[in-house]
Amino acid sequence: MTNRVLEIESLHKQFGEVEVLKGVDLDMESGDVVSIIGSSGSGKTTLLRCVNLLEDFQQGSIRIDGQEIGYTPMPERRRRKEAEIARQRAMTGMVFQQFNLFPHMSALGNVTLGLTKVKKLPKAEAVAVAERWLEKVGMIERRNHYPGQLSGGQQQRVAIARAIAMNPKIMLFDEVTSALDPELVNEVLNVIKSLAAEGMTMLLVTHEMKFAYEVSRRVVFMNQGRIEEQGAPADVFRNPRSTRLAEFLKNAKF
Amino acid sequence: MDFGRFFVELYMARWALLQGLGVTLVISAIAIVLGTLLGIGVGLSLVYGGKVQRLLVRAALEYVRGTPVFVLILACYYLLSQVGIQLTAFQAGLVALTVFCSSHVGENLRGALLALPKGQTEAAKAIGLTFRQTFVYVLAPQALRQALPAWINTAAEMVKASTLLSVIGVLELMLATRQVISRNFLSLEFYLLAGIVYFLISFSIERFGRHVERRVALPS
Amino acid sequence: MGYQLNFAPIWRSFDLLLSGLALGLGMAVLAILIGCLIGLVAAFAMTSGSPLLRRIASTYVTVIRNMPLFFLIIFAYFVVPLTIGMRIDKVHAFVATLTIYAGAYLTEVFRGALLALPKGLREAGLAIGLTERQTRIWVIIPVMLRNALPALSNNFISLFKDTSLAAAIAVPDLTFYARQINVNSFRVVETWTVCSLMYVAACTLIAAGLRYAERRLAIPH
Repeated sequence: MTNRVLEIESLHKQFGEVEVLKGVDLDMESGDVVSIIGSSGSGKTTLLRCVNLLEDFQQGSIRIDGQEIGYTPMPERRRRKEAEIARQRAMTGMVFQQFNLFPHMSALGNVTLGLTKVKKLPKAEAVAVAERWLEKVGMIERRNHYPGQLSGGQQQRVAIARAIAMNPKIMLFDEVTSALDPELVNEVLNVIKSLAAEGMTMLLVTHEMKFAYEVSRRVVFMNQGRIEEQGAPADVFRNPRSTRLAEFLKNAKF
Repeated sequence: MDFGRFFVELYMARWALLQGLGVTLVISAIAIVLGTLLGIGVGLSLVYGGKVQRLLVRAALEYVRGTPVFVLILACYYLLSQVGIQLTAFQAGLVALTVFCSSHVGENLRGALLALPKGQTEAAKAIGLTFRQTFVYVLAPQALRQALPAWINTAAEMVKASTLLSVIGVLELMLATRQVISRNFLSLEFYLLAGIVYFLISFSIERFGRHVERRVALPS
Repeated sequence: MGYQLNFAPIWRSFDLLLSGLALGLGMAVLAILIGCLIGLVAAFAMTSGSPLLRRIASTYVTVIRNMPLFFLIIFAYFVVPLTIGMRIDKVHAFVATLTIYAGAYLTEVFRGALLALPKGLREAGLAIGLTERQTRIWVIIPVMLRNALPALSNNFISLFKDTSLAAAIAVPDLTFYARQINVNSFRVVETWTVCSLMYVAACTLIAAGLRYAERRLAIPH
């Protein structure tokens, strides 16, 4: 019985004529924290969005906990039905750069929506779960506040609670601090660090090099739709083997 | 202006005028309700329909929007009887107003839905909601809040458009007023009265709309 | 039932329909031009420092915008002549009413455009030595008009459609002639199809033309 939470095999994706992912292989085990770094256009966000099926992919496969997501296995390879895809998406949790909280619901409402409608928990239980996670991210005091009343950092922490309350097998973070004012970035990074410390399997796309160095078990450098180099943070950041990675790190001023 | 005489005539004409007012309010209300329902269908087709559906609905919508409401009313009145559907003036007018209303509601709803950030749908998908759930719990509540001011405006326009039904013989307030005046010749007084009534109706709708907007506004 | 489509009566009177369409357009153009003047004056009045001016302008806008246009037309054509003891020509009465109606809506358009202007614009004009009046004419109004163009276009198209109400007081516009042809020839489907298509075509052309004008006049960015 494999401990592999995520298996990406030969992933190819095109946007119209342009191939954005040119054969990506990536495996993650339970508790792994992997950061993907690279310049814009390298395909890192697209890769992340394929894992929770916000993007489709033309070739290759993605397996979460052994289950093939999005498409039925070869040779048939049919796109799965919408209801099934929705269920598969619940295996992952995603936190977005723009938070994307539902503005017409309170913080608590945002977190309980998935619990009641997707996991079909009874209201009282959903609220209990939601409050536990809001406490974890430090937002329990403001659970009845609406997104319009919260700062960026507070909204993002609620967004993390919303994603993780669904008990996903893997958490996906898409440049979650890029849209934040600098003084609000740390509160979010600290929440992510504590989640990592508790053993959550996480795949992050990030620009925060120092953070990636501190929190990751593995760092992946992507360039032009391919994984060019990967390894332990110390190796990747201090002894880059590819020239492009070295150049990227120089520009990123790490 | 002879106030004494006016109030005597007003008292004598009270039922005729009240009936006219009633017809105005009733036909406007029914047209708003039916037109909103139809308009929701139009809006949803324009945003979520297939290519052919969207094309057909868009063509029909542009046709209705490019036609003056007065022409819609006259066309419904003369046409529908020709096509074998026997309608009273009231019913024909109702059909015309409903179609007119639906064109506005449909376009407003489309605008409101398209104005929602794409991230909302993505966030809903990310937590595993199906499309139906996404629409009901995430998109519709936001789109309706967004479309509310325009809908209130449409409702007020409907009452104003109802005045045109007097031309095809529907006994609403304008026609009732004209009939009363033909008996007592107090043209200025009774038309002023009608004007004040229309003003109050329209003003109240706007007031009500702003009240509802404040009630459903999100805290910020 | 066998309703045979016969467009002949329509084509025979097509010149009448076209003349009606032209009259409608002409009335709409007149109404929007004068309405713009009214709207500009009232918009500046509403954003001015004088409470009296603000009151007058906002009363005008509130009263007219809450009235049905058809009511205003009937009032202008039937009641006003009786009250002042003079006969008024149909077309004059209609255009005057439409103009006053347009003015109220355009006031709101211009007021919105004025409020959306960057605050520093007026100060920049004053800072280079222009008087208030010069600033208003050479700096504020040109920018504001360009911002207001989309809303102006929408209003013009609405006004053009509203000219169909003239038929109700027997002004010979497109709708009036269509109704006449309908009554005389009993060709119901043909008449109203052609009539509505003419309006739709006219609106589409006007909209395209105005969009082109918007692009040409737009401040480059």
